[in-house]
Amino acid sequence: MNNLNDLRTKCQEEYKQKLSRPRIVVGLGTCGIASGGAKVMEAIKEEVAARGLDIDIDFTSCIGMCYREPMVEVSLPGAASVVYGDIFPDKVAQLLESHVENKTPVYEWAAIQIPGEATPYEGIDIMEKAPYYEKQVRSVTSRLGRTNPESIGEYIATGGYEGLEKALGMERQAVIDEVKKSGLRGRGGGGFSTGMKWQFVYNAQGDKKYAVCNADEGDPGAFMDRSVLEGDPHAILEGMMIAGYAIGADEGCIYCRAEYPLAIRRLNLAIAKAEELGILGENILDTGFNFHIRIKAGAGAFVCGEETALLNSIEGQRGMPRVRPPFPANSGLWAKPTCLNNVESYANVPFILRNGSDWYTSMGTDKSKGSKVFCLTGKVNNTGLCEVPMGITLREVIFNIAGGIQDGGTFKAVQSGGPSGGCLPTSQLDLKIDYESLTAAGSMMGSGGLVVMDETTCMVDVAKFFLNFTQNESCGKCTPCREGTKRMLEILHRICDGQGVIEDLDTLDRLSTVITKSALCGLGQTCANPIISTMRYFRDEYMAHIVDKRCPAGVCAALLVYTVDAEKCTGCGACLRACPASAITGEKKQPHSIDPAACIKCGACITKCKFDAIYKA
Amino acid sequence: MVATVTLTIDGIQVTVPKGSTVLEAAESVGVFIPTFCHDPELSKPGACRICVVEIPGARNLPASCVTEATEGMVVYTASEAVLEARKTNLELLLANHPEDCLTCNKNGECKLQDYAYYYGVKVGAFPGEKHNYPIEEDNPFIVRDMNKCILCGKCVRMCQEIQGNNAIDFAYRGFNALVTPAMGTTYSDSDISNCVFCGNCVSVCPVGALSEKGMLGKARKWEIEKVTTTCPYCGVGCSFDLNVKDGKVIGVTSTDGDVNGRALCVKGRFGYGFINHPDRLKKPLIKKDGKFEEATWAEAIAFVKEKLGAVKANYGPDAIALLSSARCTNEENYLMNKLARAVLGTNSVDHCARL
Repeated sequence: MNNLNDLRTKCQEEYKQKLSRPRIVVGLGTCGIASGGAKVMEAIKEEVAARGLDIDIDFTSCIGMCYREPMVEVSLPGAASVVYGDIFPDKVAQLLESHVENKTPVYEWAAIQIPGEATPYEGIDIMEKAPYYEKQVRSVTSRLGRTNPESIGEYIATGGYEGLEKALGMERQAVIDEVKKSGLRGRGGGGFSTGMKWQFVYNAQGDKKYAVCNADEGDPGAFMDRSVLEGDPHAILEGMMIAGYAIGADEGCIYCRAEYPLAIRRLNLAIAKAEELGILGENILDTGFNFHIRIKAGAGAFVCGEETALLNSIEGQRGMPRVRPPFPANSGLWAKPTCLNNVESYANVPFILRNGSDWYTSMGTDKSKGSKVFCLTGKVNNTGLCEVPMGITLREVIFNIAGGIQDGGTFKAVQSGGPSGGCLPTSQLDLKIDYESLTAAGSMMGSGGLVVMDETTCMVDVAKFFLNFTQNESCGKCTPCREGTKRMLEILHRICDGQGVIEDLDTLDRLSTVITKSALCGLGQTCANPIISTMRYFRDEYMAHIVDKRCPAGVCAALLVYTVDAEKCTGCGACLRACPASAITGEKKQPHSIDPAACIKCGACITKCKFDAIYKA
Repeated sequence: MVATVTLTIDGIQVTVPKGSTVLEAAESVGVFIPTFCHDPELSKPGACRICVVEIPGARNLPASCVTEATEGMVVYTASEAVLEARKTNLELLLANHPEDCLTCNKNGECKLQDYAYYYGVKVGAFPGEKHNYPIEEDNPFIVRDMNKCILCGKCVRMCQEIQGNNAIDFAYRGFNALVTPAMGTTYSDSDISNCVFCGNCVSVCPVGALSEKGMLGKARKWEIEKVTTTCPYCGVGCSFDLNVKDGKVIGVTSTDGDVNGRALCVKGRFGYGFINHPDRLKKPLIKKDGKFEEATWAEAIAFVKEKLGAVKANYGPDAIALLSSARCTNEENYLMNKLARAVLGTNSVDHCARL
């Protein structure tokens, strides 16, 4: 076997050289670009040229603190690197002047610092000790925001392809055993043992086998896979190659949704560079192992994240789930034995091979080993990406990492597992995050989206939102999912519109049970979870809608009544002029009133009133 | 010897060849399980979920049409959970189905109607939106009423797997899922549609979504007498059922033919108009003074004999040639050959199928 030692030494030297130079790095993940990172990059280039600075300009991927994008890192030789948040083009000149020219960080813009061997600056959080990162572990996400994702050299310099090298020197069964021992379970949310799955494919008879990567991330509020694809594309290639070697496949396919153009671009680049260096392709590292990877761009159907629908889609068929068994391990892509794992599962594999399964099992709980990447969205202060050890509590994630609820609000519920998951209330905040606990509580691990809600969120409305999603994304193949989600959605609409009757709750119960038990695929079998969990934990809110015709969170427009508090109203007339429906009447300097029949509940009056004299209930 | 498995279905011990489905095992001992999307000749999508059964140890209620029977398996086909699921799924189908059984041509031969009756399911369990698609009737043969479609997909598979035309497939998602020719066009749009109007889709439709146009309004299903016969159009010899009411053929439907199964072509299924056509020749005609006049068979045969005899006498037997038809049976063609060689003495005999 031809090892990568020479190449690795060369890459490490180049990387060391790069780190020893003054550097300014812009976060250009999708989150960074969406926040204006590309414009910041342009501004930096112009400013550096104008000032004639000797500094390298580079880019990286998402470091996780999406809420602080655009982020810019300034690194000077012998000094701690400082990562700045909310750096827009108008701040670039001052940043360069202060930090690069005068060697003084702009403290008030700094998010974190990474001192390395240098002395840390006073008054800037060191990354590992910063509230956002303190409870995190960074393995799958270790390169995110730290390396240039388009550089294979930096990947190799930071331990990349060591796992592959190690695997290729092992018996195939030994590789599978190592993954089994690590306890790695499907990170797409299913939680099936990755090692066992590989074993099934290894055992399956077939002249041809495939390794397929599910990068069809589609849950609302989930972007773990996108971040890893954009930030560490080689890790996925390496994970797939190790899987391919272990199971006996020579071909891999990454099914990535076309809405992730940057991920696809970086994957393509990674494939080309790996092929160029002989790491991917024919006779890899002179071991006789051949492996090719291609990308299939998905057209954006949520159901194609279901593994058998995904396989149909790769084959050019309509994305509709197949009946299982046969499972893909025995009859998958083109009816050949196929190993199908999620992005994060594959991305974990190189680390497990490189560091050993013992390292991996040192993190996590009894049955859920290792770490999990989560996306923090909703009403939290710090929206972004985090990687935490399994077994951490929801409270730690939401209140420590995500920084608690926005605007001093009160936590109400957290939705995990996307449309297939459930909403967990305050009473479940100390729940440990692992596959079994989340399922027992009525939710599921899912792929890692965490949508946090505060008391201004109506739980019936949330259930309606998710049902609307699953109804639109149901493939239409099986009766319970196609027709049942429609009827559940209609019932939820009626409840939110004040037309609900108490029997609706029984009907929702019955439909939930039947759909869960009789639907064909995972999408249908779990689509009722948002309803089941909200009816379990927030039944009083359903009752308020149905019996009292009231929406406690003040969300469901049809149930709201806008009223003027005569005590507070000064009769200024601002609301009267703002009302588009002419529903407000009143003499000047006299308390006004709102005609509920004419009111369209747009809320314009509340916005205009300076005296808090209008309230909705 | 074929390997077998023994399982228990509703308390009955059943032994079936290994690889059989639970549905097949149940049917082999007369245990009833309803099906919509299942068809023994087509691939098994396991889609409609009406055939779900309870198998202790299984995570949910598996569809019996795609679940393999295994040794020692215990199956309940009518447990409380199964009946609840079946009834609810029937209610869901009915909630999005026109309530027009009174005038529906499928009345009396409709699986949805039968199962609703069998399980005592009434309409109206889930008030809400219903589809309101225009009815497709822009061709002479098939009427498609997608408001009645339950999306079992048999028509799609029939077209793909038996006919090989792929004229239709599923489009759209969720509640709006629809079986349609490409680009949402109609069967008759020959620029886009691959349809050859074989009507095999109609033959597998379990409800009134696909109908033979010519049969609409002609007879209730129970008034029809089915007469199995062989198609006269070509030498393949497909079997089908003539649908007869009051001594008149009102249409053709598939039967289980030895040669063709249920498959027919457009001519066999829809080309029956000649049977009762006023232009059809029912008696021989002899041209007299430039005009055809009806004659008896005796007259006609005597006339032919006289004329052929004259040709043979004057010019020899090789001056005569006989041409037969593919629409005749083998026996008729054999007799034609005998007539040519043995009676007339000519070897000049041929058949239109060679042309």
